[in-house]
Amino acid sequence: MRRIIWSAIFGLLLALTLPGGPVAAQSAERERLQEPQPTPSRAVSDDEVNAIARDLYCPICEGIPLDACTTQACADWREIIRGQLAEGWSKEMIQEYFRSRYGDRVLAVPPNPLVFIIPAVLIALAAVLFGLALWRTRKPLAALPAPPADETSDDPYAARLEEELKKRLQGK
Amino acid sequence: MVADFGLGALAITFVTALYAVFAAIYGARRNLLAWVESARLAMLITFPLMAAAAFSLIFLVLNNSFEMRYVFEVSSRSMPVYLKITALWGGQAGSLLLWGLVMAGFAAAVTLRKWERDRDLLPWVIAVCMATLAFFAGLTLFSANPFERIWELASGERLGAVFAPAGARLITLADGNGLNPLLRHPGMVFHPPALYLGFVSFVIPFAFAIATLAAGRRDDRWIRATRRWTLAGWLFLSLGLLLGSRWAYDVLGWGGYWGWDPSEVASLWPWLTATALLHSVVIQERRGMFKNWNMFLVIATYLLALLATFEIRSGLLTSVHAFGASNIGTPFLVFLGVVLVGSVGLWLARWGLLRSEGQLTSFVSREALFLLNNLLFMGLLVICLWGVHYPIISDLFTGNVVTVGAAFYEQATAPLLVLMLLLLGVCPLMAWGVGNLRRLGMLILVPVGGALVITAAAALLAQITLFGALLGIWLAAFAGLAILIEYGRGVAAHRRRTGLSLPLAFWKLAGHNRRRYGGAIVHLGVVLMALGVIGIEMFQSQTQARLNQGDSVVLSGYTLTYEKIDFFETQENTAVAQATIRVYRDGNDLGEIHPRRELFFDTMQATTIPGVRSTLQDDLYAQMLDFDESAATFKLYHNPLVAWLWIGGIVFILGTVVAVLPSQPRKDEVSGK
Repeated sequence: MRRIIWSAIFGLLLALTLPGGPVAAQSAERERLQEPQPTPSRAVSDDEVNAIARDLYCPICEGIPLDACTTQACADWREIIRGQLAEGWSKEMIQEYFRSRYGDRVLAVPPNPLVFIIPAVLIALAAVLFGLALWRTRKPLAALPAPPADETSDDPYAARLEEELKKRLQGK
Repeated sequence: MVADFGLGALAITFVTALYAVFAAIYGARRNLLAWVESARLAMLITFPLMAAAAFSLIFLVLNNSFEMRYVFEVSSRSMPVYLKITALWGGQAGSLLLWGLVMAGFAAAVTLRKWERDRDLLPWVIAVCMATLAFFAGLTLFSANPFERIWELASGERLGAVFAPAGARLITLADGNGLNPLLRHPGMVFHPPALYLGFVSFVIPFAFAIATLAAGRRDDRWIRATRRWTLAGWLFLSLGLLLGSRWAYDVLGWGGYWGWDPSEVASLWPWLTATALLHSVVIQERRGMFKNWNMFLVIATYLLALLATFEIRSGLLTSVHAFGASNIGTPFLVFLGVVLVGSVGLWLARWGLLRSEGQLTSFVSREALFLLNNLLFMGLLVICLWGVHYPIISDLFTGNVVTVGAAFYEQATAPLLVLMLLLLGVCPLMAWGVGNLRRLGMLILVPVGGALVITAAAALLAQITLFGALLGIWLAAFAGLAILIEYGRGVAAHRRRTGLSLPLAFWKLAGHNRRRYGGAIVHLGVVLMALGVIGIEMFQSQTQARLNQGDSVVLSGYTLTYEKIDFFETQENTAVAQATIRVYRDGNDLGEIHPRRELFFDTMQATTIPGVRSTLQDDLYAQMLDFDESAATFKLYHNPLVAWLWIGGIVFILGTVVAVLPSQPRKDEVSGK
């Protein structure tokens, strides 16, 4: 049982590292995307830009979404988005554009489905272990397998010695 | 002079702590009580020593001693006194010194408790506490020393060092860099120390747990001795998290209260295991079960507090909380490894010591629900550990740099949070021991029905159609009602027995079983906070607009008019541009809000401070992105119900305070079952 669990975990971790894995799957599409034209053909509001920027992260200001970031680099990125929206680009196309240039780090959630699968499997595993532990304690204690030998608890001489020591320590 | 005094105090602390570890273990091994007593006194003295070191540093900052590297880095002449004091934790070296100071304080407090029945635990408690202190004092001394001076080499190069490098001369700079502008906020006074108190106080339960394992005791004394420590640590950590959340809302200006920034998530790790522990301890006390599990939680809480400190402080995680790359990584990692292997090894070796005495009588019981609660907290922990480490794993194994942003955590934790809120409502209605489903069904009818009525009313009045929002409102109403009913039953029973008036019975009941009813208040706080979270997460609306003076924008029924902009300088050496936005609703003038931008001359860094109009119903939150003489760009947020997040937070903390104070149990106390 334990071996199966471990091999499953290692298998999942290994899948992360495969070169042709989900990480690389979408890269072919990247090449098809073109530079946006800088001259907007329609007025795009800040709110429309922010709606796209909210789900993007720039590589410099780590941990701050693009819509909230106050650096000049992020302001420039937002202007690129404005241009793309004016050209009629979809949200997916814009995300793919930034991803093709700066890598997966611009996305709020890594595109690898394992990022969700692994914690889900771990939690399910924990649930099973909890369930088993509960089930075991629910049976009468007599039905449990004998506890493994443990020199600190099962040797009557050692136990007495411990008791004596404890008394001496307590009595100063 | 003062720097030498501080450095000396720190060095003596380090040596004293090492001595205490040695003397305590030697005394325990050879059963020489004089050695143990000597170790105890050594532990006691580390607190004044660390305090001397910390006060020396504060003195140097207050005194504008810009020949000190640390003072130069985190302070400047124009900073007000309260901020200069907070500069103690405004940089890496100082914050490690604070860690040590808090550790020494807790260790000193623990030496003063009554030890009669726990004499055999004392040496091991000393050894664990002092080993931790020795590590932090050593780290401060050798890797991130706040008492380094600034030296100029013959080549003209400047560097920081404790002792003069060959041929170098000491130089005193005119003014310091000043604290990072984002940290110049009253939040800086309370948020970091509260978190430190929380993190560090988990050392004490850990020390008792390790001592119990090392001394080979089988009784439950350790859990009783450390219960209140854990609760106190949890109180500080919760307070620190809440204050940080409020600070982010007030200053960082993205209209949010929690950004799932890696450091925020890391500080949740020990909070999650400690919360699980506070619940599962009850099962150990009532049924003698899950002792090994509790031992695991105590060890995990301490290890996670260390891990979080390590990852934030070593520069592994980059965020608003980190001080950048540093050289404390390797020693910290080694220490972490030793603690991990030592504590887990000892725990596994003594596994048999903590075997369960009791058994679970039924899956339909409050005990079983407590365990389900533990499972949910462990689930959240898995997500939080995974979310922070996935980018590191991905970078390490595939070289692919990724971001795990708020969207991941929101999606991954949502199902668990829904279950947790449900559990919060069911749990108080479930009996201990063997529950009765029919009885539970009868009891649950009222909160289920009441919550349905409230949800329907909310849906009709506020015209809510979003399923997630309705589910959230129902869950919060259900849990809130269940908690109130449970408390009400306790009050009624208490009144029958004592004949007290209703308000008095209400008040006295909490006093008699503080842990239980303190817990109920904490849960009520959680429900109120959930309301605030539902409001801001599901109903937040925002808009961004460039407005000329006199122009207006409409957001969620409010009309916001940009009236004017004022420019002025403050005594703290900053230039401020402050906008005035007037708020109208249905033609009524509701007052002004003042978003502003501040430029700090000493660092030439700017901050954007939002203007907020807050009511119980909603917040209007305005951020000024840029401006010129005639026009300015604003980002405006409407955050419904967010005030309940803070009210809930206050209730949460009050409940914890009620629970942490000692009970005055009476024989005639109604258990409120």
